Amino acid sequence: MSSPSSPTAATIPSVGRISLPALAATSLVLVTTALAFVFFVAPNDANQGFSQRIFYFHVSIAITAYACFAAGAWQAFRHLWKRDSRADLASYVCVHQGLIFGTLVLLTGSIWAKIAWGRWWLWSEDQLVLFLVLFLFYCAYFMLRFSVDPGSQRANLSAVYALFGVILIPVSFAAIRLAKNLIHPVVFTLHGPNFGGWILVTYCIAQVAMLVLAYTLYRLELGSKRLDVRLRRLREVMA
Amino acid sequence: MTTAEKYVTAAYCVVFAGVLVYLLIMALKLQRLERDVEEIERRVPDEDTEDVEREPARVG
Repeated sequence: MSSPSSPTAATIPSVGRISLPALAATSLVLVTTALAFVFFVAPNDANQGFSQRIFYFHVSIAITAYACFAAGAWQAFRHLWKRDSRADLASYVCVHQGLIFGTLVLLTGSIWAKIAWGRWWLWSEDQLVLFLVLFLFYCAYFMLRFSVDPGSQRANLSAVYALFGVILIPVSFAAIRLAKNLIHPVVFTLHGPNFGGWILVTYCIAQVAMLVLAYTLYRLELGSKRLDVRLRRLREVMA
Repeated sequence: MTTAEKYVTAAYCVVFAGVLVYLLIMALKLQRLERDVEEIERRVPDEDTEDVEREPARVG
């Protein structure tokens, strides 16, 4: 903590090497650059036309959501392996971030589906349904976590659950490739991405922007959660 | 504006609004934490005041 008169400025504990303001500034620059590329540089798709521009953020956000869930599983593994309570909190924040990005995937995907298929949702599409299953699985993570009193039991149960959830990520990712009816576009194949030129450049910028944004939000939330825990302990000591 | 352009704009607005709502929630949470820190600071006695009020003790 710095001076008592301005506690907020320095109350968020540092949880990484790069400072939070620097990360926030980088996120802002990257997201702005990505938006400029999406709307002013990337060409219109030959088949889908202008509506294809949703893809740049939709796919980037989907990959970011997968990355958040995978990071949550990794932190859960660290918690189970080393019994580190900080890893439990980090796992929780990762899953929370994953759900936020997952919500955005479902929303942007539905909007794209309305343009491309004329429907907001198609239950016959395996990848859509599997992503929804993954999303609901992680929603249930919060139900489990908050139904158990805080402590080691809650941390262990949450860690095991988050670790199991990671199995659904490759299933969800591979679903479209295993599906027989290929209505949903395949962006990445075994031979690499299905696009090149400015479309690939724009996608890469959008992907990096989303990953950096997710990391910034993760750092912000984890810092405030750790501060919350420390304050709760202080209050308990003073009571 | 074509229908496709409207939908694409809506999709990007959804992403922007989602991040904005998240940041708003975090800002509210930080305000609460700030209040909590101030409350704890009020409850902790000030060291300078304590020194002034403390009676001198004889040594030896």
